Amino acid sequence: MSILKTFKIGGVHPPENKFSAGEAIKVLELPKQVIIPIAQSLGAPSKAIVAKGDEVKVGQLIAKGEAFISSNIHSSVSGKVLKLDDVMDQSGYRRPCIVINVESDEWEESIDRSEDLKAEITASKEEIIKKVQEMGVVGLGGATFPSHVKLMVPAGKKAEVLVLNGVECEPYLTADHRLMLEKADEMLVGIQILMKGLEVDRAVIGIENNKADAIAHLTQKVINYPGIEVVALKVQYPQGGEKQLIDAALGRQVPSGKLPIEVGAVVNNVGTAFAVYEAVQKNKPLIDRVVTITGKNLSATGNYIVRIGTSVNELIEKAGGLPENTGKVVSGGPMMGKALNKTDVPVVKGTSGVLVFEEDEAKRVEPSNCIRCAKCITVCPMGLEPVLIAQYAESELYENVEAEKAMDCIECGSCQYTCPAARPLLDYIRLGKFRVGQLIRNRSKK
Amino acid sequence: MNDVIIFAVISLSLVGVAAAVILYFVAQKFKVIEDPKIDEVEEALPAANCGGCGFPGCRGFAEALVKSANENNSIEGFNCPVGGNDTMAATAGILGLIAEEKEPQIAVIRCSGSRENAPKKINYDGPATCAFAHNLSSGESGCPYGCLGCGDCVIACAFDAIYMDEVTGLPVVKDNCVACGACVVACPRDIIELRNKGKKDRRIFVSCINEEKGGPAKKNCAVACIGCSKCFKVCPFEAITMSNNRAYIDYEKCKLCRKCVVECPTHAIHELNFPPRKEKKVVAEKPVEKAVEKPAEQSEPKAEKE
Repeated sequence: MSILKTFKIGGVHPPENKFSAGEAIKVLELPKQVIIPIAQSLGAPSKAIVAKGDEVKVGQLIAKGEAFISSNIHSSVSGKVLKLDDVMDQSGYRRPCIVINVESDEWEESIDRSEDLKAEITASKEEIIKKVQEMGVVGLGGATFPSHVKLMVPAGKKAEVLVLNGVECEPYLTADHRLMLEKADEMLVGIQILMKGLEVDRAVIGIENNKADAIAHLTQKVINYPGIEVVALKVQYPQGGEKQLIDAALGRQVPSGKLPIEVGAVVNNVGTAFAVYEAVQKNKPLIDRVVTITGKNLSATGNYIVRIGTSVNELIEKAGGLPENTGKVVSGGPMMGKALNKTDVPVVKGTSGVLVFEEDEAKRVEPSNCIRCAKCITVCPMGLEPVLIAQYAESELYENVEAEKAMDCIECGSCQYTCPAARPLLDYIRLGKFRVGQLIRNRSKK
Repeated sequence: MNDVIIFAVISLSLVGVAAAVILYFVAQKFKVIEDPKIDEVEEALPAANCGGCGFPGCRGFAEALVKSANENNSIEGFNCPVGGNDTMAATAGILGLIAEEKEPQIAVIRCSGSRENAPKKINYDGPATCAFAHNLSSGESGCPYGCLGCGDCVIACAFDAIYMDEVTGLPVVKDNCVACGACVVACPRDIIELRNKGKKDRRIFVSCINEEKGGPAKKNCAVACIGCSKCFKVCPFEAITMSNNRAYIDYEKCKLCRKCVVECPTHAIHELNFPPRKEKKVVAEKPVEKAVEKPAEQSEPKAEKE
């Protein structure tokens, strides 16, 4: 057996804890009310185009992305718009949202709701990009970058290969894993659509070796799909990072501060590929996504197709309610996810999982002095020196933070995870990055 | 033996003289002409090097003052908040100019979300600095505008003029505040504001910067400004402006009549260093009952505050 590929520098391997890997994807019941934030992707917020009291159908456009980097938002339910108001979202701050009371489940006629596979791709490259934009598809890996922007390769650059991210390197999460097992054909057609949109003839699906069933399943399936190959990768966090995945799957290194297109690669999540299939072939906007609900003490972990805007509470209820000794509820993976202020917040396009931690797991260890062991430098997948950046940020030397290439940090948290002194390295680096961002903006103003 | 000593002394002296001559000419050639006034002005400054004037230290401020005096023949717009009017008058005297009188200022904390008023709902266990807490969460009380209570302002203060109240969990500004503005910069939520000290140190300000609508604001904090505009309507001097669901009192226009303090239904407007309101009882009758009730409640937290 050959040695499995992985990225070359850094990385950690936290306990995997994929409790819900065996749970088939189920559809979560319709909620009574959905709260849909109108800023759900990177870039400019969208503009609401419905008013209070309007009747909406499933899949109806309710907020339009007007800037180049922004995305359309569609109603995930049918019913009456209760209000347009600022509601607390996952960040803990109030953001403009559209609140819809669910009345029935009436879909737009244009949406093909049949389960049959539609493998023939009739749309042209332009039509694909237009459709993806229209249907509000964004990257479902977590960063929610509008997908149509990724399909438009900047002038002078050429995409050679499409890399599919089926790594799911975050512990606990199993949403992509289940999707690869259950919707393989749809996903592969989605990949072909993306390949056509990018005008590339090669696509690589990177999957970590802890999902052996998915690797076997897809390897068998791709025989029917020319140009697509499956690469098994060694389990290593943060392999799902764009630059790490390109390194692992293709052996190419993206230069500092540059995009993957620099080395001819475009990365998309497997979940996004499925969403693209639904958008282009079935005319279905991105109104639901697979969300993992998991935790050590939950009575029923699982993977659910959840309508965007459903309260996290409903998911937790489905999993048997919050256990007594819950310490934290995290949206996203345990490494990069965000602890929620309250559970009554909506699931958005970027929510890949909801994790429930017990008190002992959730506690932060009291930080002590740095012991100069350099473990953080060893594990940093971007080759940075987290200890140095954190110290500069602590002493407010933001020019030095910038000089140490803090902006390359992907905030994977490996440094903080591995630190034996439990230093809040990532927190300092984030603060430093925030301030450096301000510096750069001020500079460009002048 | 003697020869050696004499030779050494003479040769060293010659080297010394030669070096002195060279150094003299070098010093002449590379002489930096500096206005002697800079030194004088620097002497007159408080040497706090706090940066409150906007220049890097007192020397930098002195240089800027002298430059402005030489070029524009005025030192308008310059102010040393630490030294105040006395210092500015002294420096102006050195430069042969007249300094404009400036109202002395002081920092005020525009949040009353104490542990009692805004009880803790969320547990934040990240690093205990406001900068982090602001990045990571909306605050333990749930108010996204309120004081985070980690004391970044206390650390920033070079004059020991601000401290954290153990009971309320809010920072308190002491009277020796010089309004250098370090805490204003340090606060990630822009809660601290520099306001005029006012006559006899009396000041009135809205102690809340919450921009949410009344309902959500009140949910998190009992003393939040709910944007009801009552103070705006009652103010006879047009000193109060309403924007983003909150009131703001212009300290230049405010005549310290205290009408708004009585009117505020949530006690979000604070008055400081005023005598007890009992005297007013005699003057007017009807509004007094209301007026007395409220300050009685209100004077307590204020006593804690300053």
